[in-house]
Amino acid sequence: MTLQLLTANRLQDGEVVYLTETGAWSERIQDAATRLDDKDQESLLATGEAAEKSCLVVGPYLMAVAAEGDRLLPLSQRERIRALGPSTRHDLGKQAAQGGTSHVSL
Amino acid sequence: MYRYDEFDQALVDQRVRQFRGQVARRLAGEIEEDEFKPLRLMNGLYLQLHAYMLRVAIPYGTLSARQMRLLASVARRYDRGYGHFTTRQNVQFNWIKLEDTPDILADLATVEMHAIQTSGNCIRNVTADHYAGVAADEIEDPRIYSEIIRQWSTLHPEFSFLPRKFKIAVTGASEDRAAVRVHDIGLQIRRNLRGEIGFEVIVGGGLGRTPVVGKTIREFLPKRHLLSYLEAIMRVYNLLGRRDNLYKARIKILVNQTGAEEFTRQVEAEWETIKDGALQLPQAEIDRIRAYFAEPPYDSESDDEVFDRRILSDQVFARWAKTNVARHKRPGYAIVNISLKATGEAPGDATAEQMEAVADLAERFSFSEIRVTHEQNLVLPHVKKADVALVWEALQAHGLATPNIGLISDIIACPGLDYCNLANARAIPVAQRISERFRDLERQHDIGDIKLKISGCINACGHHHVGHIGILGVDKKGEEYYQITLGGSADQNTAIGAIVGPAFSYDRVVDAVERIVETYLSLRKDGESFNASVSRLGVKTFKESLYGTH
Repeated sequence: MTLQLLTANRLQDGEVVYLTETGAWSERIQDAATRLDDKDQESLLATGEAAEKSCLVVGPYLMAVAAEGDRLLPLSQRERIRALGPSTRHDLGKQAAQGGTSHVSL
Repeated sequence: MYRYDEFDQALVDQRVRQFRGQVARRLAGEIEEDEFKPLRLMNGLYLQLHAYMLRVAIPYGTLSARQMRLLASVARRYDRGYGHFTTRQNVQFNWIKLEDTPDILADLATVEMHAIQTSGNCIRNVTADHYAGVAADEIEDPRIYSEIIRQWSTLHPEFSFLPRKFKIAVTGASEDRAAVRVHDIGLQIRRNLRGEIGFEVIVGGGLGRTPVVGKTIREFLPKRHLLSYLEAIMRVYNLLGRRDNLYKARIKILVNQTGAEEFTRQVEAEWETIKDGALQLPQAEIDRIRAYFAEPPYDSESDDEVFDRRILSDQVFARWAKTNVARHKRPGYAIVNISLKATGEAPGDATAEQMEAVADLAERFSFSEIRVTHEQNLVLPHVKKADVALVWEALQAHGLATPNIGLISDIIACPGLDYCNLANARAIPVAQRISERFRDLERQHDIGDIKLKISGCINACGHHHVGHIGILGVDKKGEEYYQITLGGSADQNTAIGAIVGPAFSYDRVVDAVERIVETYLSLRKDGESFNASVSRLGVKTFKESLYGTH
């Protein structure tokens, strides 16, 4: 079993967002609700599909993460790039808000 | 340049109004994504990794200074201050908000631009030789016919839901700068034995998952039959092209499975029924469109002396001119290539400031005209030779004077995994690292012409199959790996590159490219090009140098 969380793009502006424990959508991966159990993951997905029907987000899906201390680290390169921004432009994407100094900080 | 008539403008304005309503309904929750997605794609709006991406059409790569300024304004007002010029001679904006898109399209419409048919299973933006109208080796300006095709194919009701996307390229020169043999339809303007001008029609070329060099199905097509013959090809494809399998839906698969001879027979049979009908192109209509592409008022007094003296006295200028200035058909004029491949930068990216600088230069020195190349550079097509040094100095001030056109750092790279939803691996940082590795210009000039092309997935937007050195990013168990091909070419000697061996990791791929180049340098004969060496020595020689003989 892999630890998973739910991600999507926000309808209005396409921003990468993550489903939180309160059912809200956050731009920060560290706010995401995580689930290990298959049934719990399906429940996350169902919440995402409902949010898509409500025109909040587009294309919700589960993604794998590792928990290191209190940090959540995406396992795939694709999700690392979504969580931070282009690896070639640290002044763009979510990483820009962190000062744009590094592509590995999550 | 072509100027919209009242029909063009009405069509584009109407589309903006339609899309504004569709976006409003989507944001209000009245339509779901499954319903909205095909509507936004018809207007060039994709949803990528970080945001929406808007692809704006630049028909046959020709832009006015006014249009370039508008693109700069879009980059600044609605995006993050830059745009990305693509291998389809279009421009993409990577950080677009859905709610802003109708306003962007309205802005674009004020300068006769739009994003229609930059996505979807329709006939996409027609591309052409970026030296159209100014090339010394040109039979006729391909933009005339590209524009005629654009008008015929725009919102063509019969061809709006094809089995798959469809790409057409046109060249009028003997040197193929438009990659016509790797398009669904390539048109090469030819003269027949009687000296008449017409088209060689090449069908079924393409890259992607199944790279194929197109086949000539008609050696010479008289100009008046251009549209009826294209329509016949499209009808056969529309009827027989596969719709059950996304990966077998392009016309190249149909031509291969049917056989070029049988495919041609069917096209010719269909054409016989329509060739003398309404689609015949009257000479008067060709002449009407030709008038839009009439020569600008060149100065007959222009001389070469200032340029020649600067070449002799300034080595830096001379080196830039050697790669970035091309021969113009008109004495006293030059074609100036503007490299969007500065060392360490993303290929094809231009900031709003750079776009405005190019627009300024076009207004001052190139009759307000700019071209976008499929190799992701820009061109000022009509610069007086006496003004070339002034243009160069201005380009230097904006980081646009990298003297590397055609050299190893003039890399085509798709957006790759840094932006694209389909990509498996990053392409831009690989290009950046290669350009850093070869940053020594003396070394680049010593190596000579090499076309290096990188795609971040098998869809091959970076044209890797036809790179002298091609790099394809793949995903191996979650890690980025890069497969290298050698010997590809997109010119008049079009060839698909051969895979050299197992893929390299992200960390090792630049070393591998350098090893390939060093092998070429050590084994080439005097004046032998990279591809000629690959052909003479065989890929095996390069494989041994990369992987050893064991």
